[in-house]
Amino acid sequence: MRKHADLLFQIVSLSALVIALAALGALVFDIFADGASRLSWSFITNIASRNAEDAGVYHALMGSIWVIALTGLMALPIGVAAAIFLEEYGSRSRAARFIELNIANLAAVPSIIYGLLGLGLFVRMMGMGQSVLAGAATLALLALPVVILSTREALRTVPNSIREGSYALGATKWQTIWNQVLPMALPGVLTGLILALSRAIGETAPLITIGALTYIPFAPDSVWSKFTVLPIQVFNWVSRPQTEFKENAAAGILVLLALLLTMNAIAIVVRDRQQRRGRV
Amino acid sequence: MSTRALEWIIERLLFLCAALSVLTTAGIIMVLAVETYEFLQEVSIVEFLTGTEWTPLFANRHFGVLPLVAGTMLVSTIALVVALPMGVLTAVYLSEYAPAGFRRVVKPILEILAGVPTVVYGYFALTFVTPLLQTFLPGLSGFNALSPGLVMGLMILPLVSSLSEDAMRAVPNGLREGSYALGASRMQTALKVVVPAAFSGITAAFILAASRAIGETMIVAIAAGQQPRLTANPFVPIETMTAYIVQVSLGDTPQGTIEYRTIFAVGMLLFVMTFGLNLISTWLRERFREEYA
Repeated sequence: MRKHADLLFQIVSLSALVIALAALGALVFDIFADGASRLSWSFITNIASRNAEDAGVYHALMGSIWVIALTGLMALPIGVAAAIFLEEYGSRSRAARFIELNIANLAAVPSIIYGLLGLGLFVRMMGMGQSVLAGAATLALLALPVVILSTREALRTVPNSIREGSYALGATKWQTIWNQVLPMALPGVLTGLILALSRAIGETAPLITIGALTYIPFAPDSVWSKFTVLPIQVFNWVSRPQTEFKENAAAGILVLLALLLTMNAIAIVVRDRQQRRGRV
Repeated sequence: MSTRALEWIIERLLFLCAALSVLTTAGIIMVLAVETYEFLQEVSIVEFLTGTEWTPLFANRHFGVLPLVAGTMLVSTIALVVALPMGVLTAVYLSEYAPAGFRRVVKPILEILAGVPTVVYGYFALTFVTPLLQTFLPGLSGFNALSPGLVMGLMILPLVSSLSEDAMRAVPNGLREGSYALGASRMQTALKVVVPAAFSGITAAFILAASRAIGETMIVAIAAGQQPRLTANPFVPIETMTAYIVQVSLGDTPQGTIEYRTIFAVGMLLFVMTFGLNLISTWLRERFREEYA
């Protein structure tokens, strides 16, 4: 009897897992079934259009790439610097404890709140307008907690003997960090950055809130350009009642997922190379 | 410049970068507070927090936020009803039953669920889950709270399962062995020893999941509709706080108008709710870490 109950419980808990995985399968299948036929080279190279058949994602794809590249440029140095301070300098001070607590909380603030911050601070107060720069700055703030947390983990994997060896040779603290610790931690830092950016590239709500346009027929050509991104273009198509636009949305999602997969693949390659180097 | 001075300057610069996170929090609070203050000059806080009609974009304007709060609560509750039991069961399976090889394969796949952009979930809810539900719930509207709620539950499931699993795996093996030694089965050990021992960690996961559900935006903006409605009926169109912010942001609402300020007032309420939950969750996890450290 007890054995039966145990087996039953095991089956119930396994089926919870199976249901979740099946739902993921249904999601992937649904999007492929709806969007695969719409995918073509012209879908990638065409810009938005009122005709569903002529519409493409070129402008949105370029917008996403501009915004994410700029987000990375901003989040990487600041995030790494913050992580170095917390991990190598101030980990025991009260200020550092407070900053840590604050970062943990920021990581759980809804992304749309960052959108309101971006709207009030970057778009209005700093006068950046609804530009690529304002969008990237908003997403950089959103990505920072992730970059900081992953960089700290990467720094923690560097053995202390490396630091001590460097000190013993007369290096200062910063020389040790810059010449020894950071190069060793670099693959981990980059992996964390790519994962943070792959989350940011799927963000829709904060960019809608700062006023990124839903219909924009050109790709950005500077950081001051108005812009749209892939997820917003998908949202725009989903919101229309016609089936043809729903197909466009599914095809747009496929492009977005391909972009995400590429970024994740790069992260995995970087991590593997690091692990192989670590073993030798 | 002497090396010493340089080192000192570098340390200050690094500190500034770290302090930027505190400035971010301060910035959020300031931006929200300024516009909310302006909003409350025109609408009394009592009307805002207790009013049952939300029609700021109509000619006959009412600013009672309760319908939006009710919409948020309804969708989040559905999501949590899905994610909590399924997440904990998944965690129990992965931590207590699954062979190590199985875990290594399944966990990354489960993590994919957390990495799917939310706009994709919105598409899935609107074009797949809602029509599917309509085949056996004929009264279900095209926009409703049920479908986005279920899909949101799927989205936060990995959060619940991975945090719960961490908490369960942190339970010392001695407790399990003691339980087995007393003749308990695996199920009895899991439910009566491991889960209670990991309770504060699991609770922290629940609270974080609730906070994520309340702040989730795109799924509800796409699939739940745009009709603020004070109801607990999951079959009709509703509007959540987050979806309202999106709705106004899409339109051309000029800065300085009261419609523009409503999104900051709603945002402030959303921020207070999620920030409170996050603080409780952090506190619980700290306590949990102490228990078995």
